[in-house]
Formats: sequence, C-alpha cells, structure tokens
Amino acid sequence: MDKFTELTAIAAPMPTENIDTDQIIPARFLKTIQRTGLGKNAFAAQRYDADGNEKPDFVLNQEPYRHAEILITYDNLGCGSSREHAPWALLDFGIRCVIAPSFADIFFNNCFKNGILPIPLPREICDELMDDARQGSNSRLTVDLERQVIVRPNGETIAFEVDPFRRHMLLEGLDDIGQTMAHDAEISSFEHRPVRAWVPSITIGTVK
Amino acid sequence: MPVTTSPRTLFDKIWDDHVVERLEDGTCILYIDRHLVHEVTSPQAFEGLRLSGRRVRRPDATVAVVDHNVPTSDRSKPIEEPQSRLQIETLEKNVAEFGIPYFPLRSASQGIVHVVGPEQGISLPGMTIVCGDSHTSTHGALGSLAFGIGTSEVEHVLATQTILQKPAKNMRVSVEGKVGPGVTAKDIMLAIIGRIGTAGGTGHVIEFAGSAIRDLDMAGRMTLCNMSIEAGARAGLVAPDETTVAYVKGRPFAPKGEAFEQACEYWRSLASDEGAYFDTEVTLAAEEIIPSVTWGTSPQDVLPIDGFVPSPSDVADPARAAQIQRALDYMGLEAGQKIAGTPVDVVFIGSCTNSRLEDLRAAADVVRGRHVAEGVRAMIVPGSGLVKHAAEAEGLDKVFLDAGFEWREAGCSMCLGMNPDRLTPGQRCASTSNRNFEGRQGPDGRTHLCSPAMAAAAAVTGRLCDVRELVKETV
Repeated sequence: MDKFTELTAIAAPMPTENIDTDQIIPARFLKTIQRTGLGKNAFAAQRYDADGNEKPDFVLNQEPYRHAEILITYDNLGCGSSREHAPWALLDFGIRCVIAPSFADIFFNNCFKNGILPIPLPREICDELMDDARQGSNSRLTVDLERQVIVRPNGETIAFEVDPFRRHMLLEGLDDIGQTMAHDAEISSFEHRPVRAWVPSITIGTVK
Repeated sequence: MPVTTSPRTLFDKIWDDHVVERLEDGTCILYIDRHLVHEVTSPQAFEGLRLSGRRVRRPDATVAVVDHNVPTSDRSKPIEEPQSRLQIETLEKNVAEFGIPYFPLRSASQGIVHVVGPEQGISLPGMTIVCGDSHTSTHGALGSLAFGIGTSEVEHVLATQTILQKPAKNMRVSVEGKVGPGVTAKDIMLAIIGRIGTAGGTGHVIEFAGSAIRDLDMAGRMTLCNMSIEAGARAGLVAPDETTVAYVKGRPFAPKGEAFEQACEYWRSLASDEGAYFDTEVTLAAEEIIPSVTWGTSPQDVLPIDGFVPSPSDVADPARAAQIQRALDYMGLEAGQKIAGTPVDVVFIGSCTNSRLEDLRAAADVVRGRHVAEGVRAMIVPGSGLVKHAAEAEGLDKVFLDAGFEWREAGCSMCLGMNPDRLTPGQRCASTSNRNFEGRQGPDGRTHLCSPAMAAAAAVTGRLCDVRELVKETV
C-alpha cells in the first residue's frame, strides 16, 4: 500500500447524498480477478452514455476534475455493497482522499486499507470546500495527514479527526496482516479456550 | 475474558467472547468463527496470500461457494461468459490450493452463500461470521455477530482468522404487537428503513426485538437481518430462542448430542440482559405496518402500497429536493402519483433476502389458481439447490410453472447485474431483493423492492398492487 502523508490536489465536488458503491463501480465490472484497471469504469453509469461516450455534464468528465485526486460529497458516501472494488476504482482513477459529512462503515474501512484517506467533516464545511473546488484548476486543497489539517486555497486550515492506529498505518504505508500475525501466540491461546468447545470444525470431505 | 457485572446486550456478549486482545487505542483483535467465501470478492485476497507466502490459518473454519456470477439456467451447459467462468475457475483453483471446503456449482447444496450457511448449520448462534459481502448480516438472525467485509479484510481473516475492529454502538429496534394479514418480515424491514433511513444504523449493530420479531420464523428473521445493511448498520441480530434452537437442530454441520446441549445452554445465555444499555432505541407498532414497496433509488424511499410518490416540493433542503427529482426521473414516475397501479415488466422472486422455502410458499399462495399477466416476465430463483428440491417436493414448482413463471437454478441472479439475469434499460421490476440503486439490476433498470407475496401479486396483475386484495378474493 502506498503511504499517505500530504496531498495537494484538485478536488471534485459531487453534492449528492447516499452515493452507493454500485454507482462507484457497477456490478458488471466486478468480474475481474485483479485490483487494478477499474478506474475507467468508475461511476460508469453517470460517466458514459449507452454507446460509451463521455457525458459532458458529469463532473469527472470536466476539466480540471478529470485530474481530481480528492472527492467531496454529501452524507453516507459508499453505502450498500461491501465491494472493495469501489475504493480500487477510485484509486485507479486517481482519488487518494474522500471528504463527506458521513460514510458507510464498510466503505470507510475499505478506503484505509487501500491508502485512501476518508475524512468526515460537517456538511457546512463540505459545502465550503466544494465552493473552493468549483474555483477551477488553480484552486487546490492540501490534505496534511501528519498535522491532520486541510489547507484551503485561501490559506485557512480545517482540522480533522482520524483514528490514531489508522493514521499510523497510512503514514507508514503498512499492511495490517503482518501486525496482527505478531499476535499469533494470543490467537492460538484463544482458540483453545474451553468456552469454544462446542464450535464444530468443517472438514473438507464433508462439504460436497 | 473481561469480567463485567453491568448488564450487557446480545452484541456485547458475543463481542466480549471473541476478543483475542484489546490494543492500546481500543481496537480489538476479534476472533472469527466462520469465514464464508465466494468468487467475486476473494480472488485478490488469495493472490495476496500467495504473494506474501502466507497460508490459510483455519481452512476448517472457512467454506466457499459460487453464487454471484453463476447462470441460473441449465447447469449442464458450460458458463458462456468468459470473465464469469474465469472467476469461478479461479475460486476452484484457490480452494484446492489452500484446502478450503467448497460447494461447487453442480453440488445439490450449492446456492447463495447467505442461504447455504444457515441451511447447512455452518452458521450458528453465538458465532462471529464474516464474508466479503455486505449481506452477511443475514446470519445475525441466528443470534450470531455477522458482518460484511472488504477483500483486504478477507485476506486478513484468511491469514489470521481475526479481524481488527472497534466495538459498534448498540441500537435496539423493537416491533411490538401483531402484524396484519399480508404483512411480512420484508414489510417490517422496509418500514424500519423508511423510519431510520439508510444511514440510521451507521456505526451500530441493530438488535431486533419485540413481540412481532419473536413471532417471525427463521426465514423472516433472516430477511430482517439481511437488510440491516440497508439501514447502514454493521450487523443485525435477533436473540437466539426456541425458534432458533429448533431451526439449528439436526442441520448437517451443527453440533450433535452432548455438544449440541452444551451449545444450546450457551446460546440461551446470550439474550440481552434486563437493563442493558442501548445507545439508540426505536420502537414501531406492528399494527401500523402495511404491505410496502419502494418508489425511488434508495431503500429508504419506502411507501405503503396505498401511498403516493413524494414531490421535490415536499422538502426544504434543495439537495434533497434535487435527489427526489433525480429518483423520479430515473424511475419514470410523476410526483404525487399513486404507487399502486404502476405497471411492471418483470417480477423477480429470489436473492439472499427472500429466496427461502417460506418465501416461495408465500408467493405460491398468491399465485395458485392465477396466471402471470400478459407481457410480464416472472421468475423464481430459489436460494439454494436444497430450497429448490424442497419446493419441488411440495409441488410449488408446478404452481409457478402452471402460472407462467420461470423456475430457475439457485444463485444471486437478478439481485445484481453480474450474471445473465438482468433488466434491460427502462424495464420496471417488482423485486424481492434488497437494493433499488440506479442500475443495480442492470443499466437503467427500475427496481421496486417488496415482499414475495407482493411480488407475486404484481406478477399476476401486471401492476404494483395490494396483495391483501387478492388474498381477500381467495378467502
């Protein structure tokens, strides 16, 4: 996973609530066995017409937002399906940071696992940042994870909260499997607790 | 195990019994009892294991099945779609390489992962269960803590049999009283989502309680818990009771004999304690719930069947008004129109929400002696091979086939457009599935979520209608 430290980038405003993961990447594109290559179909239904031509009114088809690395939306971003293909599609498009008043739990979690920083901020601040984003290509936002601030084009800073463990993982670009495996002894001892005696094992020959 | 004297919720108890270790910042290493795997969200996880030279820690706590991609037509033919075939073959290679128990496509027990798990007794009360699929919440009906995870977490669970998480908040949704005729678990859940909204449960685990919930059979409880994610919740739960125990007993992978008795004793101890603290409480009166359908493109866009489609002018927030207008345009509906009477092109009865034997019986009760309306395509997709077989043993297949329904093989089918069962642009569908998102059932398809009985009523009348009027006729 790539580290996330500081990002200065174009932000795309999408003032919509409940952007679900089916919108971010429709199910028909989930047939891949890879993590990469989904960016061209991110937001496919809104981005392309039936013949595959770009719809000019969709924000990510417009300059400068086709180069956006930050996405700003309204409430409940990433609701619905748990598909990690949604953050993979965003990442492949180039998005490294998503800002919204609230996020769906699984999507929020999936973002961190892929080096995308999700930042929850009140709706009125999202509105201000969307106004900044609408100012065009010279209007970039800086997201500084070390200091936990967003720097607006006018120099004003907005502080944000982030879970310390997840912040650490992002700053260092760490894989959490390795971290958990360091607790192998505790996991093994848990597996032998008497309270768990009733939990059956499933042997391979019994499933047909 | 943490010793606590204060009253605990069902969620607290299952959580506490699975904490391997609590890290400094409160993140817990949570042990996972069952990991269910399907073909869509696992290939990248297995690839990750291979790249890092890791093994699957507990193949004997992991079970794989194919469901999302599979055609629901004749199984003797090869899968035509090359990408779907590749994804299924990739799963088969992975389960062989890592030694994971697997229900193959041609198994008599193959089906939707959330139907197969409970049906086989693989998912049991008191367990922690995960799957790379948001509708894993279904298994919470057994009184297990079950939630959907992303593919990175699938890899984490394969490698460590644990997950990193902080405890959720507790929400209790109580539905008290008795539901009227024609009102099902689906209507109860749509009413709950309509009340709290699609983000209402965010950060919470919902425990469903109250007399109307206790009265539900296991299939109904699964429908309810299945759509907890549509209310934004991490998981849904119903406390294990005698209905649960009777359901689990004798299932192929459930504990037997002494171990079963020991397990039952444990399961019965899991119910929320008197006075346990819930961060959020919601109460609904069962009598007030009537058969419902969705009108828009979010599961919270719910209407009782005698209701009227909302208008953008009903709301003050311009963003919300724009969203209503967008949903109306997408769905091809007029603000203020009656929802009943809207003609449908397709009826889909299936999905992890509503494809169990009880669901098919409810649909058959409406269909019996009637015929699918002209111009309507109506399909029944049982949730598993075993559900299909049991339905055939009762003659339900004949009821549906005589009425002009398609009687198909088990799979996710038209719930999501990943297999050949899809809506074509502009088609309107009464569907027993769980999501009415734009394009969910196929690009530009229009979905109205409803119960199996309501979908059956739409099939035979060709319109969204109140199933109670049809049932009245039969009585």
